[in-house]
Amino acid sequence: MYVYDEYDQKMVDERVAQYRDQTNRFLAGELPAEEFQHLRLRNGLYIQRLAPMLRIAVPYGLLSSKQLRKLAYITRHFDRGYAHLTTRQNVQLNWPILEEVPDILEELASVEMHAIQTSGNCIRNVTSDQYAGVAQDEIEDSRPWAEIIRQWSTFHPEFNWLPRKFKIAVTSATQDRAAVQVHDIGVRIFNNNGVTSFEILAGGGLGRTPVIAPVIKQNLEPEHLLTYLEAILRVYNRYGRRDNKYKARIKILVRAMTPEVFAEKVEAEWETLKGGTGTLTNSEIERVKGHFTIPPYEALDNHVTEIDDRIADNSGFSNWLKQNVKPHKQAGYSIVNLALKQTGVPPGDVTDEQLEVVADLADEFSFGEVRVTHEQNLTFADVPKKSLFSLWQALVSAELATPNLGLLTDIICCPGGDYCSLANAKSIPVAEAIQRQFDDLDYLHDLGELDINISGCMNACGHHHVGNIGILGVDKKGAEFYQVSIGGSGYEDATLAKILGPSFAQDEIPSVIQKLVNVHLEKREGTERFLETYRRVGIDPYKQAVYAS
Amino acid sequence: MSQLIIDLEIATDATGALPTLEEFLAADQKPTAVFIDADEDIESIKEFTSNLTVIALNFPAFSDGRSYSSANLLRREYEYQAELRAVGDVRIDQLEQMTRCGFNAFQLADEQNVEQGLEKLKGFSFSYQPAFNREPLFRKRSS
Repeated sequence: MYVYDEYDQKMVDERVAQYRDQTNRFLAGELPAEEFQHLRLRNGLYIQRLAPMLRIAVPYGLLSSKQLRKLAYITRHFDRGYAHLTTRQNVQLNWPILEEVPDILEELASVEMHAIQTSGNCIRNVTSDQYAGVAQDEIEDSRPWAEIIRQWSTFHPEFNWLPRKFKIAVTSATQDRAAVQVHDIGVRIFNNNGVTSFEILAGGGLGRTPVIAPVIKQNLEPEHLLTYLEAILRVYNRYGRRDNKYKARIKILVRAMTPEVFAEKVEAEWETLKGGTGTLTNSEIERVKGHFTIPPYEALDNHVTEIDDRIADNSGFSNWLKQNVKPHKQAGYSIVNLALKQTGVPPGDVTDEQLEVVADLADEFSFGEVRVTHEQNLTFADVPKKSLFSLWQALVSAELATPNLGLLTDIICCPGGDYCSLANAKSIPVAEAIQRQFDDLDYLHDLGELDINISGCMNACGHHHVGNIGILGVDKKGAEFYQVSIGGSGYEDATLAKILGPSFAQDEIPSVIQKLVNVHLEKREGTERFLETYRRVGIDPYKQAVYAS
Repeated sequence: MSQLIIDLEIATDATGALPTLEEFLAADQKPTAVFIDADEDIESIKEFTSNLTVIALNFPAFSDGRSYSSANLLRREYEYQAELRAVGDVRIDQLEQMTRCGFNAFQLADEQNVEQGLEKLKGFSFSYQPAFNREPLFRKRSS
């Protein structure tokens, strides 16, 4: 993984000092609250319903065991002993104290971490494929490019006060696990006979006005990546709307101009930057790539007979293997997912002790690294197959072996009204009620893959627009209601879900989901997934089942 | 006390009220200074930059970042050399970003502490991106 050099370290250290000064001036009454709000947001600090919330950046989701241990320490000493994984591969603390945030940042800086630009109207943490570097369907490792973009976007002097927040995602695989089509900028990496090129998408997004991003540039050569991004950001910074925050995202600008005209404007701007000092050098590309080398894999057999024996007499292991373990590009290795979706625990929450267990297991089984996924789970990217059973046993003891990855109960869920001051409705209790309704694992496995996404408001942090079933909290005359939509996908076949009809009370949601699932079980052909059946039969049968009196 | 900083020193304003962009463009005899608001086209003065001695770019609110782009265009593309002044809602915590976009003069908003402002101008030791008078960090790394 990327390791800071003296320059990177100096940048985060200077940022800690800068933020400490801002906090002190705010506490001394020298910095007005309205100005400090913008400054603290650029450092990930929100003032929430009950307490501040600090969002810590995890660039493209990658963490070392050392960083995990530091996070565990921070949650124990500065918070309440748990952390929350977000839908943008970051980590959140729900109970920090404003006065102590500079100390938290200093702790983070000691392990090459920070909270820079995790909020505010600036370029946010860059996200990527959680299986980058190990996926069988990958064209090229996307992490060096994500790191190059991270550095470029960090403290960018021109783009720190954009009309609205700005999110960039990078992917390089056939299956798009980074949801690049619903980002402000999506970067798709291709490689033709050893020559890298990029396809750039712009103007996608969820929120109040969900849009699938159009492609605005093809065959972009690697050295021009940053100058091209700079051109997009400049056009957006200059012409994006600032009069209405709901119309301020780049998607509104791209749509208003039309993608063709927007692309022309970017092209014209790029002409002035192309080949200039911002053009990437080969030595920089190679330097960053040098941090993402192939780990020292052992030469192992791809087939492990012990696994066959264990499967035969252990259904728990066998379910976990089937659902949470994914194929690896290296023979004899697997990708292992830890689904943080145990019923009774808010989706994506992980305790300090679990973080430490994960750190130890990462050291023992996966070269000391772990990834945070945008589905709010954790991934060990490099586990020898011969160690799968031992790892599973350790995960069971730590309550980290829930075998529901990608299934109905692997719910993506924002913190909602329990924590967030923007939310119209709670989301965590809805997730839990659904998980309790569907507590039969065999039933869930038979049902197959089904994404449920829950957002507590239109800001769509739970990405409800791209859930196979999306649930949105709405406010109806002061009461919490839930609008249900179906048919969304955030992958390479990105589709926005369609609203079923009038919204429901919270206690009705589990039975609504049950009715939708019943339609699927009745209509499905062969091993069709929920989404495939829906696409074949259309929305009507689901509507009828849910609204029939 | 004066709220104006020019080239890292507290200064007094010798320019007075500046002509607006509209006035500037309408004038037969071009003034040597101009005030440009955040929503105005910086492109319209491209051909006149070599004779200007002061360009003031306005920040209607500290959270409005458009003039940072105007500054970068002036310095890096139009190669404007003379005084580039930030005016309007100019707060000391943003001076280092403004500097990296090429501003060298700052008319601070009321109640901003000009002494602290001078400190803030030092900013970060490095810049990942290309900035005014600075190569991006990656070029320094490879040298």
